[in-house]
Order: sequence, then C-alpha cells, then structure tokens
Amino acid sequence: MTEEAAARDVVIIGAGVVGAAIARELSQFELNCTLVEAGPDVGAGTSKANTALLHTGFDSKPGTLEARLVRRGHELLSEYAPRVGIPLRRTGALLVAWNEEQRRAFPAIVERADANGYTAINEVDRDALYRLEPHLGPGAHGALDVPDEGIVCAFTPPLAYATEALLAGCELRLRTPVTGVQRLEGGGFSVETPSGHLKARYLVNAAGLRSDEIDRMLGHSTFTVTPRRGELIVFDKLARPLLNRILLAVPTGTTKGVLASPTVYGNVLVGPTAENIDDKSDTSSTSAGLAFLRSEAERLLPELLGYDVTAVYVGLRAATEHDDYQLTIHVPEGYACVGGIRSTGLSASLAIAEYVRMELGAAGLPLEPKRELPEVRMPYIGEELPRPYAEESRIAADPDYGRIVCFCERVTGGEIRDALGGPLPAVDLDGLRRRTRVLMGRCQGFYCGAEVRARLAARA
Amino acid sequence: MTVVVVIGGGPAGLACAIELRRRGAGEVLVVDREAQAGGIPRHSAHQGFGLRDLRRIMSGPRYAQRYVHLVRRAGADLREEAMVTGWSEASGLELTSAAGRENLRPSAVVLATGCRERPRSARLVPGSRPEGVMTTATLQQLALQGMPVGNRALVVGAEHVSFSAVLTLAHAGVRVVAMTTELPRHQTLELFRAGASLRYRFPLLTRTAVARIRGRSRVEEVELLELESRRTRLIACDTVVFTADWIPDHELSVLGGLELDPGTRGPRADTGLRTTRPGTFAAGNVLQGAEPADIAALSGRHAAGSVARWLAGDRSWPAAVPIECAPPLHWISPNAIGPNAESPPRGRFLLRSRAFARRAAIEIRQDDRLLWSGSARLAPGRSALLPCDWVTAVDPLGEPVQLSTLAG
Repeated sequence: MTEEAAARDVVIIGAGVVGAAIARELSQFELNCTLVEAGPDVGAGTSKANTALLHTGFDSKPGTLEARLVRRGHELLSEYAPRVGIPLRRTGALLVAWNEEQRRAFPAIVERADANGYTAINEVDRDALYRLEPHLGPGAHGALDVPDEGIVCAFTPPLAYATEALLAGCELRLRTPVTGVQRLEGGGFSVETPSGHLKARYLVNAAGLRSDEIDRMLGHSTFTVTPRRGELIVFDKLARPLLNRILLAVPTGTTKGVLASPTVYGNVLVGPTAENIDDKSDTSSTSAGLAFLRSEAERLLPELLGYDVTAVYVGLRAATEHDDYQLTIHVPEGYACVGGIRSTGLSASLAIAEYVRMELGAAGLPLEPKRELPEVRMPYIGEELPRPYAEESRIAADPDYGRIVCFCERVTGGEIRDALGGPLPAVDLDGLRRRTRVLMGRCQGFYCGAEVRARLAARA
Repeated sequence: MTVVVVIGGGPAGLACAIELRRRGAGEVLVVDREAQAGGIPRHSAHQGFGLRDLRRIMSGPRYAQRYVHLVRRAGADLREEAMVTGWSEASGLELTSAAGRENLRPSAVVLATGCRERPRSARLVPGSRPEGVMTTATLQQLALQGMPVGNRALVVGAEHVSFSAVLTLAHAGVRVVAMTTELPRHQTLELFRAGASLRYRFPLLTRTAVARIRGRSRVEEVELLELESRRTRLIACDTVVFTADWIPDHELSVLGGLELDPGTRGPRADTGLRTTRPGTFAAGNVLQGAEPADIAALSGRHAAGSVARWLAGDRSWPAAVPIECAPPLHWISPNAIGPNAESPPRGRFLLRSRAFARRAAIEIRQDDRLLWSGSARLAPGRSALLPCDWVTAVDPLGEPVQLSTLAG
C-alpha cells in the first residue's frame, strides 16, 4: 500500500451518472479532482439500466430536494443534451386512468404538479386519448397529458460528463473499489483502495447502491440502501409506430407502476417491475417478472406482442427508507453524501452536481473558475439526428463511416474505432454497446457478434 | 442502368442473379452488407452443401466461394459491404457503403435477405446476462476466426443446425454437456442424432426448457426445467448456444411496405415468388426460416424466371389469393396463389407444423371446395413437401385458401 502524499482537493466516489456529473461540475474550477470507480467503466452500474425518462418532476413529493433538483435538472439537461450530442426528445407523457377511481385521482395529481411548479398538464378525455394513441389497449377512461416529459439516452450522459471532466483535468481511476475511508487529523480524508490511499480535502460519496456503506465508514447511519430490482423489456424497432408518447400509470403509493415508452434508439420499452432484494449485484431477470411485463405490454399496447423482444435488462434502484434523496453536506468535515438517488437521478444529475458544488463552495471549497473549458461533442447514438452512416459528408471524409458493421443498429466501423480510442475508450463489449449501440439490436450478435469481439480484442 | 437489384448475396440472391444473367435480364446488381458475400454457408465449415443445386457436395465456405465466382463469371455486378438502409417511393432504394450514399431505382427488386436465429432475449430466457451466450451463427464465426468460444457448452434446440453447432463446438475443442429441446423429440435425421450423440457423448434432454442462466461475468450454470415433471436441475457450463428458432430478416420487407405472412413472418409471396409490392420478388430464407442452402439457391433460381418474365411482359401485378394455415399447421411457403397458377420452386410447397404427426391427413379447401387431400409426415423444424397440382383449381377471385390437418 502506498500513501500518496499529494492531497487532492476533492475525491468523488462513484462514476455513475451522479458522480460523473459532479466530477464534470467541479472540473470547471481550479480544483484537483479524482473520480474513483469500482467498475471497469463510467456509467456501467445502475446508471445504464434506467427507464431513461426525462422527468419534469410533476409527480415528485412537493417540498423535497428531489422535487427541486429534478425540476432544475430537466431544465439543465434539456439545454446540455443538444449541445454535446446526448439523444433527448420531449415526447410528452400520458398518465392513463384505467378505471374511474384512477380518474378521480387526477385533480390531486394536477394539484401536486402545481405545488411542484409545473402547470402545463391538461386532462384528455377518452376519445382524445385514443386519437393521440390509437394503438392503446381498450378500457382507458382518460389521461393527463404532461407535455414536457421526455426520453433521454441513459448511456451518453455519464460518458459525456466524465469525458468533459477528464479533458478539464480530472483524474479517473477505474477498477478502484473503495475499501475504507478515514478522517485525517487536521481535516481531510484518506480514501483506501486496493492500489493505495488517496488523500482528499473534500469527499463526495456518489457510490449509488453502496452509498450507505461509504456513509457508515464515516460514522453516519441515517439511511440504508435496499436495492429495488426493476426489470424492463425492449421491443423490436418495428413496433415503434405503435406509440407516440410515454404511457404512465397512475401511481399506487409504492411504485410509479409499469410504463411503456419509446426509446431514443427507436424501440418500445415496457417496465419496470419493482421488487426489493438483498443482493446489490443481482441484476438477473426472473420468469415471473418477464411474464408480468408481457401481460402489462399486452394490456397497454396489445399489438406489441406481435413483435419480438430485442432486449431484457435489469436495473437496481438505490432505494432507501426515506422518500427523498439522501443528500447531506457535512460542512465542518467537508463531506458530501449524495446517496439514495433513485431513478430520477438521470434527469436530476446536472442539478445535483450544481447543488453539491454550491454547497461545497459554501462549506469552504474554493471555487475559482477555469479560464478555458473543453468543448465536448459525443458520438450521437439517437434516432432524431442523422447518424454517421446517413451523412454523405462524413463518409466522404472517412469511408469507415460508410462501412456498416452492426446491421440492426447501423453502427459503422468508424464509430467502433472511435469508441475504442479517445479519452475514455470502451474496454469491454458492454462499454462498446453503450458508446455505439453495437449488439443492441434485434439479432443480438448473430451477424456481427464475432466481428465486434475481434475488433475489441485487436484493441485490447 | 441497373435493371434488377438483388438484395442479399447468400445462396438465394447469388443463384437468382446468375439465372437472371443467363436469361439475358440486363444489368443485375447484387448488394451484400457483409464484407464478403456468400451468406450463412461461409461459416459452416463442414461438408454437405451443393447437392441439389450444383450437383456436387462441398463444404460451406467452398460452396459460398463457388457462388461468388459463378455470379462474377455470369457478369452480374456484386457489391459487398453495401447495405440498403432505406426504401421509399420518393427515393427508391437507398444504398450506404464506403463509397457514400446512392439511390437506386431498378425495374425489379429481389429480396434475398435470409433469416436468423432468434437470440436469447427474444426467447425471454431469464437470469443474468453474462458472456458466453450466443447463437449458432456467432459461434461458427468465432470458431472460424479462431477466437475462444468456451469449455463446456449447452446446446439449446435439436434441429439440423443444432447438430451443426455440435460439430463446430467439437472442432473448437468445446465439450457439449447436453442438448435440450422443449419438444418430445429431436427434429433432425435419426442418423445425425445417433451419430452425434455416439461420437460426442452428450445427452439429448427432450421436453426440457432453459429456465434461467446464471453467472456473473461468464456463464456458470443453467437451470433446466423438465416440462412434464416441473422439476428443475442445474447444469454447469460456460457457454450456451441458442440454435434454430429462425425468423426471416424482414426489416426491409416491412420498410418496403410488403405484406408479411403471419406464419412465416417473411413477405407473402405467390408461387412465382412475387410479393405484394409490384416489381418486388423474394427468394430463399427470407420467405421462411430455414431451409438448407441448396433449397434457398433453387428458390432464387425460380424467382429469376418470374423476374425475367415480368421484365419482358406487360408489367401487370395481379393480386394473389393467400393460403391460410389452421393450427397445429404453422406455415406454408410460398403462401399465395397468383392467377397464372404457376408451380412453386421445385414444384413443391413447404409445410411446417408445430406438432409431430407420422401420417397427418391434410386438406386444402377454398370457399368450402376441397382442392386437395392427402397425408404428410409432420415434424416441427422440418418441412413436409406438398404437391402443387391443385393450384390450377384455385379461384383467383375467391376467398383465401384454407389448409388444415385432421390429425394432431
């Protein structure tokens, strides 16, 4: 074990969407930051298995930090995404009532949205609802139209944040699990990892599912993370015309229910389930979960069952016993606990980072803006704008952008090459998938599986 | 000026292009999105290709090379690493390649895009998502490239291709721990089955489903469910090969607005292999998954005759009468009868069932008229051949033709 003498200004634990956003935010100032991540890549944990919705926060609990940060995060991400090339689309959402009791809940939902500062909701009657969504299953009684809800790519944001942070001078340590944290005499922290100790004046805990464990290492015990498993199924792109907007369920108290949503890649997603489990690494799907989601798909959009499922994925939400984020700044010691960030974390990520920066600034972290900041443009993997294969000028400049390797998702050799290089290269198939969409399509590697593995192996 | 564009350079597309040139159809362009044309046989490094179309037996890669050679010699233009990425009335076929983007407006289009095995996700197999889960095609490409496959493999499925997977695994030094099928028996030739189990010594577990895959980074074990007893058991392996369960690669068919057949899930095609879109033909395994390469090639050759006649004729596109199958019959191919009452490829219809039957009584009716009756041996995953002499009795203005079986 080596003790690294040079103390960093800030060490951020966890390179999920929240930790990466905080690293990006702090890197805009004259600070010496290190982002440590237990996994092999940025955004490879819970952040990658999100419902990928851009929430307005209309249904948050009024007065909570979550309500405030989701609202602000929606604003920030809507501005940031087009600038750096994060696929995002404001599709609007319909919160559908399937019986009169649910429809009677509408006024309370609108009232809550008002309390959250969101006033654009309209009630849509049955006929108008079926005109908006003609493939909706029978039996709906009406809906609330939430026009500013949207869909966003869950893969690109953490990569964009981390890339920006890296280019601005932040250090990134991957495959570096934190095994212990100690307060140092005279202030600051020692962060213990298998490859040595890191000294930090300020510490940010964005460890997601393990944020409670890090918190306990510092003697706090105000929350416990219980992983809540959410299974999702993604239907074939050919099913995309069945749906225009996000279909939300009327919340029942414990969960927001199962939703159906278009994805920015052009699929239709149905999920999530909600099941509390013990194992923080158990991202297995279950036969009961898949059967339930299929029945929900049939209820919401009966024609969906005529299409194949392209992918099944499972996310673990960092749920706690509290109904708000566990975001606490311990001022005298210089420790920010950013725990219990549930599925709204993607929408709120930039606002959480902004909040943490301001609070740490108030706690004494010197914030002198850097004079020059990097401009980041991420490879675009959505369906709204042309991708490289569809751009004559890019192919003319580099013919590898015309050589399609992954047929289902139309990923070119040029994009795979790019993803294996650059400041934050993919190190495994999953990383390549999240950066390019390769292997994400309906054939799941039937055509290009071997070729993509060969290209990855040639780089490794 | 390109007269015909053939999409897909596998056995069906290449055989179609060769025949089109032989018939003097004019300029023929074959586009293939792979770096090398030849289709699925490129990866099947064992013998058994070419019997019915080329009248000789060779390995898959040799067979693929042979067709590529023949198509070039026939004077067709073959473009590899070129993918049709769009198809609309306004811009025709949109082709993407390293040369850029092009729009093609040929007089005729032949879809020969083939089929693929449904992956684990489409089969809704629960569990974790470790490395080591693949289809036969991925397995065979990995093996061909000399890349590591695994040590102990479970083969899911018991059709011809499943035994092809066994051969590949054995060649790659991977032990087959078991083969599973949810059906009561295998669906290949008894000779293949007995030979393979004897030589490679693995159990064939019938009426068995894959209930769950376990493993963190790599497959560690698979939970199997015996469908009769509902008992589960664990089998240790690091590789799972999902074989068969074919689905036509119909994305372009849908993009082009072609009607699909609900059974085959490929484009609906009449016995001349005309689809529901004027000037658009389909051949090979995009029509149905999956027939052997030589059958696909003969289907391509058959389509070429219709294309040539259409190019030379009055270019009318008469509506065809669909053929509908009642369960347990799954599909028939081709699945429509045009007014000219042509014969299907090889003068036979391909019929698939979801159930086994040694001698199933089959009836073909239209508007309650009996067109044909006879018997067939039915097995899922294998086609029964039906004669075609009844097509002349089909009323081109009548209701859909109904195909049913009396025996289960």
